[in-house]
Amino acid sequence: MMPPRRPPKPKVPGLIKGLGVTFGEMVKTLKPDSRGGGPVTVFYPHEKEEPAPRARGVISLHEENCTACMLCARECPDWCIFIEAHKYLAPPRREGGKPRQKNALDRFDIDFGLCMYCGICVEVCPFEALFWSPEFEYGEPKIADLLHDKTKLGMWFETVPEFEPYEAGSEVKVKKVPR
Amino acid sequence: MSAATAVVIAGDPLLSGEVDLATIGIVLLKVLVTFVLLLVATMLMVWFERKLVSDMQNRIGPNRAGPFGILQTLADGIKLFFKENLMPERAERRVYALAPFLSFVPAFLLFAIIPIGGNFADGGDGTVTIFGKETYLQLADPPIGILFVLAMSSIAVYGVMLAGWSSGSKYPLLGSVRASAQMVSYEAAMGLSAMAVVLVTGTLSTHNMVVEQAGPGLWGILPNWAILTTLAVPFVIFVIAGTAELNRPPFDLVEAEQELVAGFNTEYSSIRFALFFLAEFMNTVTMSAIFVTLFLGGPAGPAPWGPAWVWSIGWFFVKLVCFLFMFVWFRATLPRLRYDQLMHLGWKVLIPASLGWLLMLGAIRLTLDNDWNPALVGTIGLVLFLVFWALLRGANASAAARRELDEELTV
Repeated sequence: MMPPRRPPKPKVPGLIKGLGVTFGEMVKTLKPDSRGGGPVTVFYPHEKEEPAPRARGVISLHEENCTACMLCARECPDWCIFIEAHKYLAPPRREGGKPRQKNALDRFDIDFGLCMYCGICVEVCPFEALFWSPEFEYGEPKIADLLHDKTKLGMWFETVPEFEPYEAGSEVKVKKVPR
Repeated sequence: MSAATAVVIAGDPLLSGEVDLATIGIVLLKVLVTFVLLLVATMLMVWFERKLVSDMQNRIGPNRAGPFGILQTLADGIKLFFKENLMPERAERRVYALAPFLSFVPAFLLFAIIPIGGNFADGGDGTVTIFGKETYLQLADPPIGILFVLAMSSIAVYGVMLAGWSSGSKYPLLGSVRASAQMVSYEAAMGLSAMAVVLVTGTLSTHNMVVEQAGPGLWGILPNWAILTTLAVPFVIFVIAGTAELNRPPFDLVEAEQELVAGFNTEYSSIRFALFFLAEFMNTVTMSAIFVTLFLGGPAGPAPWGPAWVWSIGWFFVKLVCFLFMFVWFRATLPRLRYDQLMHLGWKVLIPASLGWLLMLGAIRLTLDNDWNPALVGTIGLVLFLVFWALLRGANASAAARRELDEELTV
């Protein structure tokens, strides 16, 4: 029975290296220099935290792209998306053509009191109408006010940052933010 | 005055003369100051630890209660005080109620023998004059000094052990079983390395230890601290064993959160829990003070101007804070040892090392005192060392081989 092979011993013992790391972090936290440092904790109400660009703060709607296909509402695990739409006939593209049938959005509400921020609606939207925005300050004293209608969701769209490419080697598609 | 009391109070010049009102006043004052000092130091230590650990983890830490959150411990204490005092149905009621005090009282008693200050500069004997009476800045100076430390830290084991046993629950029981095994294992190494200091300074009393370490040392530059005169190894062993004795990380198997919820104090709540919590931090402060007294010359240090006793108190606290920082640093850095690693370190490394070092120091002293031939003693010592080292290695190897054979046979 062969004993398992041991990994090579490090030059500096791990204990001492670890002590050095924690001491360095302490100095960095206590004395922030030009390269950064300082505590990562933010005194929230006094100074605003800067969330990561892809943070899941609130879901925003780009109304022009929405076709009321209802995919998001059907995929939503919490049933927190409410869509109502009506059909209308748009003028034909070419002279003498058939008038096109289109869907117009009457109501697009997301109840953030129900939403669990899974992001399935954003993933599933085939027309790039739903986007994550990193805004997070929309708490309400009354829970009913957490139901955001399409105007409000459209306002959130203003805060959606430009898409930043994922890390190298990531296979996720690049999503362009329509402006 | 009976013989027994005479022995106990032999050290302090305050109690050698007649006892009058001033003497009683001074003693009461010292009791009060020691008590308050330890409580305040413990409170600040809890704050210091939380603040420093958060710095090492890029956080801010407590900052709401008082300036820099310094009153956080007070707020926590008040909260705990007003909580309901629960007792599990299957608890052994009397022992359950007694256990917190068994760990709290020794923690207080330990600090009584720590010399906090005194005129140690320029060959002073550490006495200070208060109300026209000469006395030490130390609550008690029993001639058995350092043995008292070992005894009290042994009694503290009972608090932990009985708390776990009387809770009538599995996690506390497992925690306390670990605690007793761990403390017993490390007490031997701790005692042996403390004996190295006793050997070098030639006294058991903590006050006399400080007096011995106060003078100038090697080449007139270095201090005469025991860390240098015992050649550092007992200090390292004592610090490791002391950390294990305190159940602080990386030796906090007693309250390993991932395995044992909170260890021996899982079932405790309210003020009883607060007592355990306070005792733990109090022991940390006291153990640091013992490190300082034994190895770093306690309050001894130079006094460039002004009264020497003020400087000595300053030196004491500077040294104390260094060790408190060390404990917090260890906690923020080192991962917990596995149980077999703990036992391996205690029994196979620390105890042989401290015992061997004690024998070596004894041999060096005997050689110097009796003018023996250093070369001859050195050769014999080396041969003996090699023989014992080979024996130890052989014992370890044969134990390992037998364990392997056992495993093969049972599987």
